[in-house]
Amino acid sequence: MLEDKDRIFTNVYGFQPWNLKAARARGDWDDTKTLMALGQDAIIDIVKDSGLRGRGGAGFPTGMKWSFMPKEPTPGRPNFLVINADESEPGSCKDREIIRHDPHKLIEGALLAGFAMRARAAYIYIRGEFIREAETLFAAVQEAYDAGLLGKNAAKSGYDFDLFVHRGAGAYICGEETAMLESLEGKKGQPRLKPPFPAGAGLYGCPTTVNNVESIAVVPTILRRGAAWFRRFGREKNEGTKLFQISGHVNKPTVVEEAMSIPFRELIDRHAGGIRGGWENLLAVIPGGSSVPLVPAAEIMDAPMDFDGLKALGSGLGTAAIIVMDKSTDIVRAISRISYFYKHESCGQCTPCREGTGWMWRVMERLREGNADIHEIDTLYDVTKQVEGHTICALGDAAAWPIQGLIRHFRPELERRIEERQHQRLEAAE
Amino acid sequence: MPKLTVDGIEVEVPQGATVLQACEAAGKEIPRFCYHERLSIAGNCRMCLVEVKPGPPKPQASCALPAADNQEIVTNSLTVKKAREGVLEFLLINHPLDCPICDQGGECDLQDETMAYGRGHNRYDENKRAVAEKYMGPVVKTFMTRCIHCTRCIRFMEEVAGVEDLGAVGRGEDMEITSYLEDALKSELSGNVVDLCPVGALTSKPYSFEARPWELRKTPAIDVMDAVGTNIRLDSRMREVMRALPRLNEDVNEEWASDKTRHAVDGLLRRRLDRPWIRVKGKLQQASWNEAFGAIAKAAKKAGSSVAAIAGDLVDVETMYAAKKLLASLGSDLVEGRQTGLDYDASNIAAVNFNTTIAGLETADVVLLVGTNPRWEASLVNTRIRKAVKRGAKVFAIGPEVDLTYPAAWLGNDLSLLAKLPKEAADALTGAARPAVIVGGAALKVPGGQAAALALVSAFNLIRDGWNGFNVLHTAAARTGGLMLGYAQAGGMAAIAEKAPKLLFMLGADEMDFASFAGATKVYIGHHGDKGAAAADIVLPGAAYSEKHGIYVNLEGRVQYSEKAVDPPGDAREDWSIFRALSEVLGKPLPFDSYSQLRQALFAEDPRFAQPELVAFDWAPPTLAAAKIAKGTEVAYPVQDFYLTNPIARSSPTLQRCSAEILHGQDFAEAAE
Repeated sequence: MLEDKDRIFTNVYGFQPWNLKAARARGDWDDTKTLMALGQDAIIDIVKDSGLRGRGGAGFPTGMKWSFMPKEPTPGRPNFLVINADESEPGSCKDREIIRHDPHKLIEGALLAGFAMRARAAYIYIRGEFIREAETLFAAVQEAYDAGLLGKNAAKSGYDFDLFVHRGAGAYICGEETAMLESLEGKKGQPRLKPPFPAGAGLYGCPTTVNNVESIAVVPTILRRGAAWFRRFGREKNEGTKLFQISGHVNKPTVVEEAMSIPFRELIDRHAGGIRGGWENLLAVIPGGSSVPLVPAAEIMDAPMDFDGLKALGSGLGTAAIIVMDKSTDIVRAISRISYFYKHESCGQCTPCREGTGWMWRVMERLREGNADIHEIDTLYDVTKQVEGHTICALGDAAAWPIQGLIRHFRPELERRIEERQHQRLEAAE
Repeated sequence: MPKLTVDGIEVEVPQGATVLQACEAAGKEIPRFCYHERLSIAGNCRMCLVEVKPGPPKPQASCALPAADNQEIVTNSLTVKKAREGVLEFLLINHPLDCPICDQGGECDLQDETMAYGRGHNRYDENKRAVAEKYMGPVVKTFMTRCIHCTRCIRFMEEVAGVEDLGAVGRGEDMEITSYLEDALKSELSGNVVDLCPVGALTSKPYSFEARPWELRKTPAIDVMDAVGTNIRLDSRMREVMRALPRLNEDVNEEWASDKTRHAVDGLLRRRLDRPWIRVKGKLQQASWNEAFGAIAKAAKKAGSSVAAIAGDLVDVETMYAAKKLLASLGSDLVEGRQTGLDYDASNIAAVNFNTTIAGLETADVVLLVGTNPRWEASLVNTRIRKAVKRGAKVFAIGPEVDLTYPAAWLGNDLSLLAKLPKEAADALTGAARPAVIVGGAALKVPGGQAAALALVSAFNLIRDGWNGFNVLHTAAARTGGLMLGYAQAGGMAAIAEKAPKLLFMLGADEMDFASFAGATKVYIGHHGDKGAAAADIVLPGAAYSEKHGIYVNLEGRVQYSEKAVDPPGDAREDWSIFRALSEVLGKPLPFDSYSQLRQALFAEDPRFAQPELVAFDWAPPTLAAAKIAKGTEVAYPVQDFYLTNPIARSSPTLQRCSAEILHGQDFAEAAE
């Protein structure tokens, strides 16, 4: 279990104020100048060494991502850091806690990360629905400017750095990194084709790194306490601490910082008060936000909660948004609702996702009632395969995986509903 | 030069080529909907997926992927086949499959590719999407339920036409292509979106439900609506030209055509002259050919050698040649083609030619427009300037401000600026590697305008190695051919009027000043009952451009051959044969009995017409007395209504409506409902 002294987010529950004074008391902005004096490459090396993997879902090593940025930006083509605070994944609610209770961790992280990757400025793209959070963030950024921590000669380091906060307008797809760049540029939020990747041509065609809020917010602490400290937690290649967001059928839903690789059972029992109705009552878990496949109870109970552990179960850690479902859940309806979400949020740019998400949702709705043929389950699976891997961005995959997980683990339930309905129909006809 | 293999075939492609282009170089067909060579890459249809090694283990969109050394591309694997089937299935689930009542039927990319790459059966049982129709003006008919969201139309309007009138609203399945306010598309190139649309979502409104592509006879022809010489294909059924479509010609029109080019054909069956007419007691009365010829013979006898011929804007070289020969046999050389009264010195054609060439203009880095609105005078020259601007060229312009679809620095409507260009423009021209000056008819009309424009050549070194930056933008399809045949008197129309010819042949000349020829017997030879016929004493029905073989020389001096699609209506005849028959009546038979003999005689006299290629005119500009242009000399562009510049266009109901709706703001949207 993570001890209190090892927590990075010491105000995640908002027991203290978020403002600069309180943040300073918690250790933020403490001699940031000295951290920056380590040097740009040294910072990247420490982050690489810490084993930090991107907290936005894909788990790409953060230090490595930073090292793709040009070391010497050409004049007129500066580097940019974009921080993804468009937290819209169903189940995910960690960035919001950071922003509203500990915004200075993020702002200091933005300065350090931006400095390390030679960025001229950083943009925080915050989800449109986060109204209070955005207000806090605007105020916190203003505080930092007023205190000389941002802007010209940021934190007296001699480095000029600006931070802009941009509010989204409520589209899930704008959380995709290239769609976010389009949106920031004032265009319709539709993902770009890759290559070129943002590190080559991103915001306004300049080299850009897009990072999750949590990935950036942990950086100051890693630099202060050292890579070795951060690496102590979790299994190899899955090091560090992580904000887990536990929702659904647990006794005490919560957001909690824990060490990576903590077993699922321990995490739930210790922090969420156990499963509603006891462990016998657990049906399935979606361990990483709505876009990863569900994992049935038996497989998840003792699994380590980290990137590789959940990958081995055919799922993923995602943003560590754990959705717990007990046996009272209509699992087909739950997945069908997720399908509706993806149908609603598909940007409409590329064919498989635009047309496929609607088709999948409509079939799911019929499967929910059993109003289908057995062979349609295979057709549906085939359609998900036709979407997966054929789209511009990962939304197509995200729409396909929950259904694939459902069919993989709950096919008997689907068949039962179909047979029951057919039986009812036969009875009614008699 | 990356070297890669496509299905085991090794190919080398130019740097910057895409995988799709590499596959084509290897002779592999890659199906596509959204990709188009002349538009930016969208990569959204996902039809062109191929397997690429090295790379992620999923198929890649070949249209957007740069070709790289040592790539292995696989286009014929099971994965690729399944990917294509999947995409087609997705495209079809919300496509109405109303091919029997769709105008695109028979020339539909979706139909063809479904036949070639589709699965052949349907697994989708849900309801299909239906989308409300959108109003896009008089040229484009919409049926948005058929739309497959390839966004070609959006990209064309934004990138080529330069008018941001189309966009997509909504998300996911609910995404719709629309002009949002549902006004008419405010572009002279909007018809091209009909060709670009791979399905039947955008079809031609005037052509709707008229014909099927397989019942049409296709004839390669040359457009005469402006001096660009757009290469077109006339699609005809029986005796009617149903539509005009652009043909590919990289040097001239690429694959675009203006709306005037496309829809002028609707005027070919209206207001036609289909029999001779003679004016009796002030009123035109129907006559036979013999009566008409008799009347001309009578007038010719009185006139002797006091004969002149004025060529209109749409006339082919053969007609002008036959008329010139007839006049020569009568002892006159009074021929003129600049019917609106321009009198610039045409002794050296290079000095009044578009020397940079249309395609060459793309590479210019500074462009100075002098009294010309290329968007209306030559729409497809304007798209080239736009391309140059996108590559970084700067445009300066003298004349009344208009929207050219690209940013231009307007120096003011004062032609005297030519003598002393503002510093900004002068510096840009001096520093340019490939400077181009485009002089329009409006500037040539001003006394001293031509001299002042030609003075720019030496002032800014416009002619250098492999580059001639001096251009004159003509607006008439007949102009350069006419100049080559000598249809340019010193002094222009005024000089001819001064000689007061007793017999005047007007070859489709409708824009001239008829009043200054009050004493002449006016013979109008043309195809439409327009201003010329109304002013004539004798009217002889001729053939429109679609009804005769013809040679046209475009504004850059490119000789192009047009072919005959249909016969002229009624008693109308091909123009050259009218002159041949008339010469017999006048007792001075012309030395050719057939069209091929006429061409041989023409080629023998001027071999430049014998090859359909760019004529190289020698640069030897005339020395002109430099007349001072008074300060504040304003110019007015010759084209005041883009859609109604000639008798054919004025007869086309489609173009009449375009003019009323797009230029004059008349509202037709509600009436259409």
